[in-house]
Amino acid sequence: MSGGNGIAIDVKGLTKSFGGREVVHDLSMQVKRGSIYGFLGPNGSGKTTTIRILCGLLTPDSGEGTCLGYDIRRDAEKIKRQVGYMTQRFSLYQDLSVRENLEFVARLYGVTDARGAARDMIRRLGLSGREEQLAGELSGGWKQRLALGACTLPNPQLLLLDEPTAGVDPKARRDFWNEIHALAAEGLTVLVSTHYMDEAERCHEIAYIAYGYLLAHGTVEEVIAKSALTTYTVTGEGLNELAAALSGKPGIDMVAPFGSSLHVSGRDVPALEASIASWREKGGLRWQQSQPSLEDVFIELMGRSKDNFQ
Amino acid sequence: MSAVDHPAPRREIRERFGFLRRSYAMLVKEFIQLKRDRVSFAMIVMLPVMQLMLFGYAINTTPRHLPSAVLLQEDSDLARSILKALENTAYFRFLYEVHDVDDFDNLLKSGKVLFGVEIPRGFERAVRRGDKPALLVAADATDPVAASAAIGSLGMIVQTALKHDLYIGDPPEMPFEIRAHARYNPAAASSLNIVPGLVGTILTMTMLIFTALSVTREVERGTMESLLSMPIKPVEVMLGKIIPYVLVGFVQAFLIISIGVGLFGVPVLGSLVLLALLSTLFITTNLSIGYTISTLVQNQLQAMQMSMMFFLPSILLSGFMFPFAGMPAWAQYLGEALPLTHYLRIVRAIMLKGATMQNLHFDTLALAALMLLAMTIAVTRFRRTLD
Repeated sequence: MSGGNGIAIDVKGLTKSFGGREVVHDLSMQVKRGSIYGFLGPNGSGKTTTIRILCGLLTPDSGEGTCLGYDIRRDAEKIKRQVGYMTQRFSLYQDLSVRENLEFVARLYGVTDARGAARDMIRRLGLSGREEQLAGELSGGWKQRLALGACTLPNPQLLLLDEPTAGVDPKARRDFWNEIHALAAEGLTVLVSTHYMDEAERCHEIAYIAYGYLLAHGTVEEVIAKSALTTYTVTGEGLNELAAALSGKPGIDMVAPFGSSLHVSGRDVPALEASIASWREKGGLRWQQSQPSLEDVFIELMGRSKDNFQ
Repeated sequence: MSAVDHPAPRREIRERFGFLRRSYAMLVKEFIQLKRDRVSFAMIVMLPVMQLMLFGYAINTTPRHLPSAVLLQEDSDLARSILKALENTAYFRFLYEVHDVDDFDNLLKSGKVLFGVEIPRGFERAVRRGDKPALLVAADATDPVAASAAIGSLGMIVQTALKHDLYIGDPPEMPFEIRAHARYNPAAASSLNIVPGLVGTILTMTMLIFTALSVTREVERGTMESLLSMPIKPVEVMLGKIIPYVLVGFVQAFLIISIGVGLFGVPVLGSLVLLALLSTLFITTNLSIGYTISTLVQNQLQAMQMSMMFFLPSILLSGFMFPFAGMPAWAQYLGEALPLTHYLRIVRAIMLKGATMQNLHFDTLALAALMLLAMTIAVTRFRRTLD
């Protein structure tokens, strides 16, 4: 195996601008082989751009690195053979059937017995009986499953999945993630971008990227621990008024409603305590100090990065 | 969060003039989109202005300076005078002087000349003797428009020109007879000219559109992104997209020619195999140009517009609608850069004149060169990344 040092992706200082606007800024990251690496961040944060750089669809303005041991600048063609890229927008041929799409991909990669490979994949995807259906007529969940099948068909070593589960129902999402874990268990490296926190928690490692900057990375526990955020969960009556009153007060970095509760978080604990002191005495509200959720951490990071970079 | 912080003030919805309001909203949106699409915007202005200027000056139905040849079988003063007189009319331009009948026929057959004057042996002596010998004039009537005007004026021209050379007395009496021969299409039937021309025109239009949309369609549907992430090379994409349509074009050409032969009685004097081979070359050339357009534009609308930009001159400057020889030199050079010009010569020559490959070297090479040029541009222009 090429670059057999256990690292699938190793890039340093990637920078990319479009029309004078820097979309990715000095980004460095390492992804271990066989791991599932979650890529999180708000819309327009540079996730898609980074993924496109990794698979050779974009050339970075500066920075260097390797993907599966190949230089991302010089060996784009070699990388393409070993990488399966699932685009954010469904990008298989809508006017081709499930089988025809898979056979096309198999032939393009030079898979021997393209028909057989497509047939096996249809069975694996549970699409038997639908092989002659046009890809454009499939439901969102099936489309996404087909797209995953198409990019795993040529036996890649690395999967780059760009928001693969956007707009897909929870059951299909769970099946999808089971499939990804199964693939990772077979030794595949998976880099997946997502907006869903529950999906982030299913990754071995995550990275948080906002406005082109990589702000945090590590396991979920590490990222939460590093945030040094203190969070209170409030339940009771009049949470809307409380949210309006608290937001922007000293020490309070974030106020976010979670169903019937409200998360109030901040890094400066004394200031936070001072600001909420008067409200804690109020009747009808129950205050409880809790572990910040990953979402708390990210929303706080997002708010902070907005102040810094925009 | 912000939804809590800044609730938007509620605005009233007005129901009156709903039709106008909604139409107006649509209109504003369309204008904005039009403004954003710079290329389309430029085409709106460029297309009519350029085409009008181009064709207004280029098109002339009474051809001048028809490329002509003379078959001189005697070198006499009288022969020279007649040639001079013909040339002075601006109808003819003598490019070749040959002494052999085969060479003469070849020039006409290959389309290098549209007109030939044959001065037979012993012509001057026969005139002096008062034998009224025949001056043979052969015209390529595959394009009746170009030929007929020149033939019609022939008698008068020669008569007036020779008057002061004292060959003609007063009252004027022609000392020789002009025998005009409209070759290849003696009845000057326009269908004989039009049908082979239509083969080329229809093929240009359909082939161009097929491939002109092919790359932009992939981009617009989003399939280009995954295609580019797969290990395929630009040449491979191009060949894969062109080859199926070569077959389509071939079927189309076969249909048009069959109808031409069956319904319009157009002959195919030359080799069908040669016609099929060169038609395939022409089809491939057009597909390559269409594909090149596809790599140059950003969306399907632009692709259609650019195809039109190419298609109109192809019809007007190729000799399909108006005689090629009637256009000014610059327009002829432009015409030479269009595949249809060469194909028209080829298809007319094979069908109507029974031409062989020997007569068609130049036009075949020109088609092949245009095809390779288009393919080279397409492959270099094909964007391998999304940068």
